[in-house]
Amino acid sequence: MTRLNRSQIIILVLVLITIVLGYYGRDLSKALDARWLTKFPSAWVIPFKAYISSAMAWLIEDAAVGPVSFTDITRAIAWLIEQPYNLVLALLAHGFVSGQGNDAQVIVPAVSWIVVITAVIALGQYCRDWGLAALVGACFIYLAVFGQWDSAMVTLASVLIAVPIGAGGGLLLGILAYRYPLFENIISPVLDLMQTIPIFAYLVPILFMFGFGPISALVATIIYATPPMVRITTLALKGVDPEILDFGRMAGTTQRQLMWRVLVPSASHSLMVGVNQVIMLTLNMVIIASMIGAGGLGFDVLAALRRLDIGAGFEAGIAIVVLAIAVDRLSQAFAERMGQVYHEASGSWVSRNRRTVLVLILLVLTWVLGQFSPLLLEYPDSQTITTGAFWDDTVEYLNVNYFDTFEAIKVFFLTWFMIPIKTVLLGIPWPWAIAMLTLLGWQAGGWRLALLCGGMASLILVSGLWSKAMVTVYLCGASVILATVIGVPLGVLAALNKRAGTAINLLIDTLQTLPSFVYLIPVVMLFRVGDFTALIAIVLYALAPAVRYAAHGIRSVSEELIEAGLVSGCTRRQLLRHIRLPMALPEILLGINQTIMLALSMLVITALVGTRDLGQEVYIALTKADTGRGLVAGLSIAFIAIIADRLINAGARQARIRFGLES
Amino acid sequence: MPPKTKLSCRNVWKLYGPNAERLLKTTPNPTADDIRKAGVIGAVRNANIEIAEGEIFVIMGLSGSGKSTLVRCLSRLIEPTTGEVLFDDTDLLTASDKELIEIRRHKMGMVFQHFALLPHLTVLQNVMFPLTIQATPQAEANAKAHEVVELVGLKGREDYYPRELSGGQQQRVGIARSLVTEPDLWFLDEPFSALDPLIRREMQDEFLRLQERLHKTIVFITHDFEEAVRLADRIAIMKDGVVIQIATPEELVMHPATDYVAEFTKHIPRSKVLTVGGVMTAGAVGEEDPIAQSTRVSDVAERIIAADAPIPVSDSSGQIVGSIDRKAVAQVLFGDGDVA
Repeated sequence: MTRLNRSQIIILVLVLITIVLGYYGRDLSKALDARWLTKFPSAWVIPFKAYISSAMAWLIEDAAVGPVSFTDITRAIAWLIEQPYNLVLALLAHGFVSGQGNDAQVIVPAVSWIVVITAVIALGQYCRDWGLAALVGACFIYLAVFGQWDSAMVTLASVLIAVPIGAGGGLLLGILAYRYPLFENIISPVLDLMQTIPIFAYLVPILFMFGFGPISALVATIIYATPPMVRITTLALKGVDPEILDFGRMAGTTQRQLMWRVLVPSASHSLMVGVNQVIMLTLNMVIIASMIGAGGLGFDVLAALRRLDIGAGFEAGIAIVVLAIAVDRLSQAFAERMGQVYHEASGSWVSRNRRTVLVLILLVLTWVLGQFSPLLLEYPDSQTITTGAFWDDTVEYLNVNYFDTFEAIKVFFLTWFMIPIKTVLLGIPWPWAIAMLTLLGWQAGGWRLALLCGGMASLILVSGLWSKAMVTVYLCGASVILATVIGVPLGVLAALNKRAGTAINLLIDTLQTLPSFVYLIPVVMLFRVGDFTALIAIVLYALAPAVRYAAHGIRSVSEELIEAGLVSGCTRRQLLRHIRLPMALPEILLGINQTIMLALSMLVITALVGTRDLGQEVYIALTKADTGRGLVAGLSIAFIAIIADRLINAGARQARIRFGLES
Repeated sequence: MPPKTKLSCRNVWKLYGPNAERLLKTTPNPTADDIRKAGVIGAVRNANIEIAEGEIFVIMGLSGSGKSTLVRCLSRLIEPTTGEVLFDDTDLLTASDKELIEIRRHKMGMVFQHFALLPHLTVLQNVMFPLTIQATPQAEANAKAHEVVELVGLKGREDYYPRELSGGQQQRVGIARSLVTEPDLWFLDEPFSALDPLIRREMQDEFLRLQERLHKTIVFITHDFEEAVRLADRIAIMKDGVVIQIATPEELVMHPATDYVAEFTKHIPRSKVLTVGGVMTAGAVGEEDPIAQSTRVSDVAERIIAADAPIPVSDSSGQIVGSIDRKAVAQVLFGDGDVA
């Protein structure tokens, strides 16, 4: 056992005092007759919500520059997005119609399922090989056979609109940030905030500006999916070999030529990673966007969740996953293909574009023959399969036979793990908590970080959300502890054992592709609503980075150090304890950091199962369309995320400096 | 008539750090101590260079000596903190962006250490790139590109992508690309350092062969003293941002300015540096086939040692100017320095 030095003893003592204070906090404040210590008096609250709400009202009703009012601008944006969206929607889902309502006449029906499936198969073969073609083909056939086709096409239409706008807009913003450091300094904190504020919080203002409907949903999706593209663009451009930049300038390029003919093509491989991110985030948003009017698969899941119809919810959820897998693999293969060498075939246009020709011929054929046989246009309902009943039965069976077991597990965790944490956190007097956070900030990153931590915590306090914030910290903290306890050993195992690694990777991949809502359904069915259900859903959702980073950290420990250890006669266990784990610590910390971020973003979603934290506050604000309330709660979550992120990053940096991995 | 100066720089400084400009304003000629005290980094300190037309001028220095920064100041890829860079009597540092683009499009070419080929273009498209961006007519650009590709020996590989080529071949593409605009001034930034020794040697020969045909004014950067000696008409040696000595290879070996320079020259076989003209005895003697006075001693040592009588030495016009015998050669090969 190593002896503790003085500062470590001080830290330990402070932590102990905090816990004791928390545990007896309520009794103490009662005894001292100072309830304000644990409960911030409502008279001291600054009504930020009201300010924001009235600002929002002013923006919608009165704001104008000359004759152009703010609403005109939002309407113009909506119109711009609406045109291509309606086109794609008509093409994929509704067909081109004339007239309205019941008089509507279909002039040209939507593209037949046969054509769409052929097209994706052709695309798969074009991008990589027949294997990929088979995979994406199977995915789309699944959608048809399981009766999800119509909803899936609506979702696909919104993806097809949101991705180009998100990726293109992100590219342009990223280029601006690369060209003008001032712009980067402005946009960088905005992006930070956008990525940490839960998406629900800005659904409300969007709802105000664009009204309920698919356009609002698209706007929200684009706002959510664009930030990573901006970042990746800037990083990719900065990552271009400086020699290539020098070459471009020596060749006498103008600024524009340098950007579009040298830098962007050279960075295209990394840029495609960004596009892939946009696609995945767009699909992540599918369900949430349906809360403000997107139809399609997301709406199906949400509706099923509200009815607690596990079968239907699960099927639609899986359909989202299937669609995501198909689109993701296709876009990845496309990116790879762009980075690869290929030689253009010669010959006429037709012989060079056989796949396109085939799809076009099929399209015309199905449109013409579809007049006589509707089977060619729409997959027959009679041939669809549903597994809904199976899932319902399974859950019912489990509930009937294992109810006591589930209940026992739940009670055990609640009594011995969750409730103690909650009591302590809610009991800590807020002046002490803020002081401790400030001290921690100062210890980890100097006075700037101290100021940030203290400032943000105080803002949460004065906006009157302290106890809700503490519930958030408790739920998030408990989940992160659990995710770390499970995830880090799994990651270590994955790194050290090849076979286990493959299995664990598969598990993590599956967990990550499932949309966050899908976790909720089975857990709710087994454990019903409440904090424990939320805990499990969050742990499942946030497990991946803990595993990934731990595995990566362990794998990237330098080979020489391992050999040095072996030569000194370390056993496997000693090797792990004295060399691998300490060296991987910075990576593991970063993984925990990511876990916290994911946990916080999942919190809002778990509000659906009745937690009482900031997530619930945001969710209520959404249902009541209360901009101020939603934004204040959303910002509070963002503040918690930022505090955790900065503290952990500072810690990881200190660890890296200690190991000489960074100066 | 001495050859015309093509490129020169005067009092060029490049300092990095927040106080760089203020320091040079208050102390126009700061010492290493001044620089350190001001908290700035001196990448290039007071460089003065004159490069003559048609000359191969090598800048030699170890990593961190500032040689790359200096060549980027000469091409204004990096803005020097102060100083003057004259190219054909235009001051590059006061040229507008537009003028600079014109100069780079038509008068300068550059080859890079890691080739800097555009990965999404084929060999031919890469070579054509400098012409494409100045909107040269397609047919003309095509013809020129084919011509230089053939010049560097890559005919038949026009449609390959860079990653399908070996390092040596990639650098040939880089060389072809830098020559396609027929520049007067040719920068080569450690062009062969990323290649393995055998290929490096081959490329050096290739480079000398090209220069024999093209007669460019060349600024060549290297960290390899042997390479410098092999290729250079004159060498500038840099250390810590300062140009310590500018001289022909022969002068460097014979009269190193500092111990630092001597440290490099010590390990170079002098027979590979010294020319016959440098060690001959003046006055015409002997009747055999004359040796050109610019020949390196090592290339003819065997013949001279095998010969019984002194062998005549001729200058570039073929006139016999002196003779060389066994003893002189032996002294170069085995002596400890005090020749000539």
